[in-house]
Amino acid sequence: MENVTEFTLLVGLGSVGAGFLGALTGLGGGVVLVPLLVLAFGVDIRYAMGASLVSVIATSSAAAAAYVKEGFTNIRIGMFLEVATTFGAVAGAFVALYVGGSAIAAVFGSVLLASAYLSLRRRRESGPAGGPDPVAARLRLDGVFPTPAGPQAYHVRRVPLGFGLMFVAGVLSGLLGIGSGAFKVLAMDQAMRIPFKVSTTTSNFMIGVTAAASAGIYLARGYIDPGLAMPVMLGVSLGSVAGARLLPHTRPRVLRVVFAAVIVVLGVEMLYRGLTGKM
Amino acid sequence: MSAADQRRREERFEQFLGALLRVGVILAASVVLLGGVLYLARHGGEPPEGKVFRGEPADLRDPAAIVQAAAGLDGRDVIQLGLLLLIATPVARVGCSVVGFLRERDPTYVVLTLIVLSVLLYTLIFR
Repeated sequence: MENVTEFTLLVGLGSVGAGFLGALTGLGGGVVLVPLLVLAFGVDIRYAMGASLVSVIATSSAAAAAYVKEGFTNIRIGMFLEVATTFGAVAGAFVALYVGGSAIAAVFGSVLLASAYLSLRRRRESGPAGGPDPVAARLRLDGVFPTPAGPQAYHVRRVPLGFGLMFVAGVLSGLLGIGSGAFKVLAMDQAMRIPFKVSTTTSNFMIGVTAAASAGIYLARGYIDPGLAMPVMLGVSLGSVAGARLLPHTRPRVLRVVFAAVIVVLGVEMLYRGLTGKM
Repeated sequence: MSAADQRRREERFEQFLGALLRVGVILAASVVLLGGVLYLARHGGEPPEGKVFRGEPADLRDPAAIVQAAAGLDGRDVIQLGLLLLIATPVARVGCSVVGFLRERDPTYVVLTLIVLSVLLYTLIFR
């Protein structure tokens, strides 16, 4: 690359693509962004994580504003589970400070491969799981969401399990510089049996707060480089807005397969580099 | 207060949180964009910096120092101010939630949101 302008434009373009795909597939921009910066642009993984994390705050906050309006987001569930994700994020960010780039790359590769598997797997329809949860009743987590046939009530199950999984989601977010939205949705949709649309929008609502917890630590430790974060944050935002606009007109199954193939390739490469210590 | 009143009030509050997030992101992105223009105008022709991790200098790490440095209108400092505004946006949302749950007289959630807010503030001033 010739100069800073060229580097900025290329990184910005790559980030538009990552944000676009992230919005279309619901996996978010971070999972493809960090490997892209590391593998294609040779950026140090810590700078890549810093840039990715701030872009995650931008996209999730912008989308949350729109979702809250539609009435799917359950603010109480979000606020309650944020206790778990923020503590997890702080723990993850501290671990990231003390382990090397290779270890982070190896974990990242494994998470990419797991995400590919999860995005392709056919989703099990969530039936009722056990009786009503007393913790959910105590915390008034049960809610109502809009359907074409009118408002429908739902109950939240297995709150302690969901809370524990959210802590893990927070750790992954702080350790890898991603939003870990896929994992959050898994915890809410599969473990807590919250309706899918409520799970995805509430997960998105929580991502910004989770990411802000580790971003503070990244910032204090000098992981956030303005020259890199600027094109990444602007590019990912632009790409995800475009992706969200296009979403109703796409065939999600085809997209998922394409995206899964991309993250498998990135995952194998990250895992290889991590395990061979080439970071 | 009837249940319907309570629900309407909660809804209005949720809309307010949404608007707060939108304004925060737009403001932060504008500042980052301005900083980016300044940065490229001054440094755009230079060779790209090394990608080896050195960590950012102290004035790009500490919130108070970032705000001070940005007044000098150097591109990198202005971008960092925009990123700081972005990180502060969810923190502000949690802070407003504390007030919201206070008004709803919901002590459990006041405590929960205060815990989250303390963690976030701790990380921002953490060294």
